[in-house]
Amino acid sequence: MEHKTLKQLSDGLAAGEFSSVELTRHFLDRIAADTDTNAYITVTEESALASAAAADEARAKGEAGALSGVPIAHKDIFCTEGVRTSCGSKMLDNFIAPYESTVTERFKTAGTVTLGKANLDEFAMGSSTESSFYGPTRNPWNRDTVPGGSSGGSAAAVAAGLAAAATGTDTGGSIRQPAAFCNLTGLKPTYGRVSRWGMIAFGSSLDCGGPLTRTAEDAAMMLNVMAGFDAKDTTSMDVPVEDYCANLDKPLNGLRVGLPKEYFGDGLNDGIRAAVMAAVKELESQGAVVQEISLPRTELSIPAYYIIAPAEASTNLSRYDGVRYGHRCDDPVDLEDMYKRTRSEGFGDEVQRRILVGTYALSAGYYDAYYRKAQQLRRLIKDDYQRAFEDVDVILGPTTPSPAWNLGEKSGDPVSMYLEDIYTLSVNLAGLPGLALPCGQVDGLPVGLQLIGNYFDESRLLNIGHRFQQATDWHTKTPA
Amino acid sequence: MEWEIVIGLEIHVQLSTQSKIFSGSATRFGAEPNSQASLVDLAMPGTLPVFNEGALRKAVAFGLAIDADIGKRSVFDRKNYFYPDSPKGYQITQMDHPIVGKGEVDIVLDDGSHRTIGVTRAHLEEDAGKSLHEDFEGMSGIDLNRAGTPLLEIVSEPELRNAKEAVAYLRKIHSIVTYIGISDGNMAEGSMRCDANVSVRPKGTTELGTRTEIKNVNSFRFVEKAINVEVQRHIDVIEDGGNIVQETRLYDADKNETRSMRSKEFANDYRYFPEPDLLPVEIDDAYVQAVADQLPELPDAKIARFQNDYGLSDYDATVLAASRAMADYFEAVVKICGDAKLAANWCQGELAALLNRDEVDVADSPVSAEHLGQLIQRIQDNTVSNKLAKQVFEGIAAGEGSADEVIEKRGLKQVTDTGAIEAMIDEVIAANPEQVEQYRSGKDKVFGFFVGQVMKASKGQANPGQVNQLLKDKLAG
Repeated sequence: MEHKTLKQLSDGLAAGEFSSVELTRHFLDRIAADTDTNAYITVTEESALASAAAADEARAKGEAGALSGVPIAHKDIFCTEGVRTSCGSKMLDNFIAPYESTVTERFKTAGTVTLGKANLDEFAMGSSTESSFYGPTRNPWNRDTVPGGSSGGSAAAVAAGLAAAATGTDTGGSIRQPAAFCNLTGLKPTYGRVSRWGMIAFGSSLDCGGPLTRTAEDAAMMLNVMAGFDAKDTTSMDVPVEDYCANLDKPLNGLRVGLPKEYFGDGLNDGIRAAVMAAVKELESQGAVVQEISLPRTELSIPAYYIIAPAEASTNLSRYDGVRYGHRCDDPVDLEDMYKRTRSEGFGDEVQRRILVGTYALSAGYYDAYYRKAQQLRRLIKDDYQRAFEDVDVILGPTTPSPAWNLGEKSGDPVSMYLEDIYTLSVNLAGLPGLALPCGQVDGLPVGLQLIGNYFDESRLLNIGHRFQQATDWHTKTPA
Repeated sequence: MEWEIVIGLEIHVQLSTQSKIFSGSATRFGAEPNSQASLVDLAMPGTLPVFNEGALRKAVAFGLAIDADIGKRSVFDRKNYFYPDSPKGYQITQMDHPIVGKGEVDIVLDDGSHRTIGVTRAHLEEDAGKSLHEDFEGMSGIDLNRAGTPLLEIVSEPELRNAKEAVAYLRKIHSIVTYIGISDGNMAEGSMRCDANVSVRPKGTTELGTRTEIKNVNSFRFVEKAINVEVQRHIDVIEDGGNIVQETRLYDADKNETRSMRSKEFANDYRYFPEPDLLPVEIDDAYVQAVADQLPELPDAKIARFQNDYGLSDYDATVLAASRAMADYFEAVVKICGDAKLAANWCQGELAALLNRDEVDVADSPVSAEHLGQLIQRIQDNTVSNKLAKQVFEGIAAGEGSADEVIEKRGLKQVTDTGAIEAMIDEVIAANPEQVEQYRSGKDKVFGFFVGQVMKASKGQANPGQVNQLLKDKLAG
């Protein structure tokens, strides 16, 4: 039951094979029995059962939608009214959100059941979910390895059968990379497709909410709920929302797929290369036409991203000052002492590192050399993609250069961890949609491919993902 | 040495929108602390700003009113600094791409001459909250009601040459923003706040001296005094061989001096960068035209019209048109009585004195334009004399009713009945045979005495013209 897809659970609920309360109870029992994944920061058992009962009642009245009564997890970066919303930080350990994010509100309206709030890297800053104040999350595929990050709790919860699906956020790969590490489908939609209202900001111009699921079809069902313009987020876009499930079966005949040569260079693990190329073969066999392309500024996405994201983060996190909510140090002697100790105590190392980097990059005398340069690079990276999309419909490559690493392996060496984001960062810089799909295993660890589409082309990405998953079974594999 | 004074003003005008610039909270003044602070104003995690289009419209209206370039694409930036009344840790403002570019305003000086003062730019930004340092036993309170109130910061060129010019410029800006209805202009409530940048240089040189900034001077009178005292300080320091330090200073009205603010507060690197939560604001010609179509008559146009249509002097027209409320009042009076000169005299005389005495705005005047218009009509039709009309005005101000009602109640109606006046004259002549004798023997001066006696006998109500004529006839015997 716990490894069924959303679609299967939705059908089962509709057919009356089980109730939402039974299903929710089952997941809650599994969460309670789990001792070492640490996928959740907060489990909302009581409200989960209450909303499951409400979903069953709605169904009895014939008012159930596709996701009604399905138990999912939300990354603990989405504000949930009356529930602690910690963002993985000591700073917000005592923060009970007084309002609901647009994303979680939409799921509530759709009748989904929230099992709890999933672990993450502190303020979503990290690629391993090791920087959480609540301790690291473990990868269900190998408990010694990381689940990826920053949406590692969401990914681990779904992979371990502790949730049917989960929400995540992706600023530089934080949905796609943990999806790849945990054998899941992870969609980062077009920037502006999903409202950021109530989603705690890391890098405002990059942050994007999206689903982590077992299949592309499940991701389509989730996106149907999440997507849409929101007047409370003026960077969300007023573009009509499609039914993302409508085109899943469309044949791939004549689909033009571009393989960027920069994504298949020296840094790529041979096993991942082979897995991705096998996937390419599969798509070709379905009629896709493959060609090599070039995204020459790929390497520059790392310096550009690690200026822009910390710069935005450094000011986004200024509000955590101990004045109105969150952690405040004991007995401050004056204002400056309160600021210094509150923020030194409340933020972990990685967050402080990025605040410092971002503050430096925006400082008078350095702005032109760093922030302005990074914005110029960002435009060039966008241009690379726009040129590529003149020749191809989608771009395909690996999601990550290597499979999950061991816990603690890179936490002392931030730069080596930053380099692991090489294939995902540029998608955020360009604001494009990206879809990670399971496509193989290396030494018993899942690896993923990544499809990158043009703006608002989520439907096509999900279509390709679904067709691929109809022909392969990587996505059906579950950890021992 | 002779010194030239160089002054530039930065005026923060609070825009009179119903809600805040980036949230739906109300902007009412004087509400319970934090009762007008929403999730956005409190900078709750995950909240986002939404730009209030009403603030944009008002800013564009100001730009049009000073004949400025309107920024077709303006960009919001974050100005980063930590302070408890700045809940996000940054202020959303506009740096490189303001909504209003270069413009200019015309000011009138005391001698009646005009000067054109350049406006460098005007940009939109949000106000901060307030720190409350009393009543919290060693702690400070924060009131975020004002946080997020829309401000238009209007920056002048350093073209003002003395404190009086600065005040004239400030008054002109006040006049414009209240005319076009983008602000209530209430300085006491902080709707208009002024920072003055002051420097001096030897007359005839062009290089600017080191400037100081006087922060938050909140009345016309204090602006003048603060600038004068700061200018004198600059001159004293330099003439004593010292140097002016570029810094921010506060004006202490009680001691009439400026003093340095702690240097820490302005040694900030604000790390400006484009606000990623808001898209650039793009407007087209049609938008600007629509705002232009809604603009009321501006002060300068009104002054010109008052001179042309009503034959007022430049001075009278300027005084009356300085506030839109006064101009409207004046025109309403003229409409009733038809005599612009009399209306202008009354508005600038009795009415201005009354408003000044009671410290009320013309909009709340106890004597309505209708009442004053009717009163002037009663002067015109000789029902009351000019002199008694002042008593009628006082009666109206005291709430005794309309001009006619006060005249009736107080019995101030002018006596024009010849018989009645003759009877009074006869009595005066009979009672003063000595003076009659003197007058008839050629002492013309005594005539005034008789006029006084008759007017006294009539309690001031006899028509003076008639009294004069009839007295002359009777005394001639």
